[in-house]
Amino acid sequence: MDSTQLLLALSIALFVLGLTGVIIRRNALVMLMCMELMVNAVVLSLVTFAARMASASGAVLALLIFVVAAAEIAIAIPIVLLLVRQRRTLDVGAYSSLKG
Amino acid sequence: MLPLTAIVLLPLIGFLVNGLAGRRLGHRFVSIIGCGLPLLAFAVAVHCCLDLTASLGAARVENLYTWADVDGHQFAIGFWFDRLSAVMTLIVTGVGSAIHVYSTGYMKDDPGYARYFAYLNLFLFFMLLLVLGRSLLVCFVGWEGVGLASYLLIGFWFEDPDKARAGKKAFITNRVGDAGFLLGMFLLYHGLGTLDLDHVQAVFAAGAPAALSGELIALLLFIGATGKSAQIPLHVWLPDAMAGPTPVSALIHAATMVTAGVYLIARLHGIYEHAPLTSELIAAIGLLTALIAATVAVVQTDIKKVLAWSTISQLGYMFLALGVGAYGAAVFHLYTHAFFKACLFLGAGSVIHALGGEQDIRRMGGLARRIPVTFATFAIATAAIAGLPPLAGFFSKDEILWYAFASERGAPLLWAVAAATAALSAFYMFRLLWLTFLTPSRMAAQTAEHVHESPPAMTGVLVLLAAFSVVAGFVALPQFLEPLLPVPAIHAALAGYQTPLLCASVALALAGLAAAVLVYGRGPARAERLAAHFPALHRLLSGGYYVDEFYALTVTRPILWLAARVFLRGGDQRLIDGTLNGLAALFQRAAGRLSRVQAGALQLYVLLAGLGIAACVAWALHDV
Repeated sequence: MDSTQLLLALSIALFVLGLTGVIIRRNALVMLMCMELMVNAVVLSLVTFAARMASASGAVLALLIFVVAAAEIAIAIPIVLLLVRQRRTLDVGAYSSLKG
Repeated sequence: MLPLTAIVLLPLIGFLVNGLAGRRLGHRFVSIIGCGLPLLAFAVAVHCCLDLTASLGAARVENLYTWADVDGHQFAIGFWFDRLSAVMTLIVTGVGSAIHVYSTGYMKDDPGYARYFAYLNLFLFFMLLLVLGRSLLVCFVGWEGVGLASYLLIGFWFEDPDKARAGKKAFITNRVGDAGFLLGMFLLYHGLGTLDLDHVQAVFAAGAPAALSGELIALLLFIGATGKSAQIPLHVWLPDAMAGPTPVSALIHAATMVTAGVYLIARLHGIYEHAPLTSELIAAIGLLTALIAATVAVVQTDIKKVLAWSTISQLGYMFLALGVGAYGAAVFHLYTHAFFKACLFLGAGSVIHALGGEQDIRRMGGLARRIPVTFATFAIATAAIAGLPPLAGFFSKDEILWYAFASERGAPLLWAVAAATAALSAFYMFRLLWLTFLTPSRMAAQTAEHVHESPPAMTGVLVLLAAFSVVAGFVALPQFLEPLLPVPAIHAALAGYQTPLLCASVALALAGLAAAVLVYGRGPARAERLAAHFPALHRLLSGGYYVDEFYALTVTRPILWLAARVFLRGGDQRLIDGTLNGLAALFQRAAGRLSRVQAGALQLYVLLAGLGIAACVAWALHDV
């Protein structure tokens, strides 16, 4: 088993970990963290393939994704804060009336 | 100049003017339009007839318009005027105009005056289309059109559901016959490639075409004729058709429309000459109809019903003549019958008018002195229909009896039954005359008080028609028509019997008269005692042999059941509505179930999305 396969396996493991976390945890902050985990799993697979193909654009794209993820979390955290101010809880089940 | 087109279109103009604007135009204008245009058509018809005699019978043809051109098959609207059409056109426009004039008196106070004249003119238009059409297709349009006009006029007082129902019955019964007409027409076109009556006639004159089932065509067209001309088994609509105004009964249900079947068969006699089996059937049906209708007429108590059954009986005579090959004699009887039957119906109308709507002859009597003109004309017409010489009915009926006896398709048995029927006709007609006019009055005092003779517009027409009932028989119509309608060959062995038979038929008519006087001379009491002896027979005859009830049981009720149960409930409500409602309910329920998924549970959404993606990936990869 070479390093590429190992890295991809790690990526998959991280992704599944993140997905499972999103599905089974009810805490909004933990769910956000798990989503970050999923994003990073995808980025890991991206840089793995980029390294394998010896392409610089993969690395550039990975940096761009970090920027986007940071921006996303910068919006998500204030939303969670606002929600918590309303109901005094982090349980997403309490916010099911937002289904629209 | 297109005189034939003018004859046909004049009544149509009357229909349009009176139908569209009649209400606003006032009685006088409606009468002028309604009577004037048919009279004008009559004048043109007379002019055409004079031309026809001057040109020794060369037919006048007017091709007006190509209706349809389908792959080289042309269907033209054209008119054809030969001696037979001439006779029919003169009857239709002549008697028709007279009845229009009569109607101005009879319908004077009716609120639907303009509508009445519009319908009457519409009827004339279609009837003229029927008798003048060169193509069978044009005839068929007229054929259906007169059915429509008949329906409209029977149900003229449509506020009365019984009358509206009588109109429907007439129309629907006629449709049964029309189906036969249509099928016969299809077969004829399939075989010959033309529907022009003169071409069809020419083909059959040259011998029966082998490629064609002449018997079948003859039979199908005869079925059409039984519908329109009220022959057994489709005779049931005519007695009910008396629900219409009396002049309508005179025009449509006695003089013109019901004779359309006779005209059709006489017109296509070439087919029937090559169809001996169907001809035999026609003779049998005609004779049976004549006899059955005459027996029913004997016990009817409604003045118009007696005349209606008598019309059916007389039409039976005409079909008997057609069946034995005496086409000219049939048209001759058609022509004399038009006068005396119209006169009788209009006389009945005058009686009804005088009695303020009373139609039951059990509550009449003694009218001879109160309404003398009506009585005199009615008596003349009665004598004419009974076949007393030298009135019109005698000549035509005798001609039919003679050919039923002696022609090659005739038989002494046919003569015997027909002669017995003739005696019966004399009996019921004189019964009607005596009960209505001569026996002591049985009227309600209130009715008797305002008995009055009808206005001159009505009595004038009665006198005119009575005069024709006297003299019409002296026109040698069969000889006039002989170039078109050949006279049947006579059995050589029977040729000598003409004079004895003549005497016999006169004797039978007189016997009928004597029997009527004997039974009814002093009022209906004696007849009622007689009826009480045979209650079952009396009921059977009064009910017209229960043919209506029979049809209701065997045709109407099963069809209604089929329509209500199978097609309405099973087909419409269960199958079609059920399918649509079921589908709608299915989707509604499925949507209800699925909507529970959207409960705002984010984890569930993610899980389902994940499963969906996994399924997509699995499906995309399953055959890699």
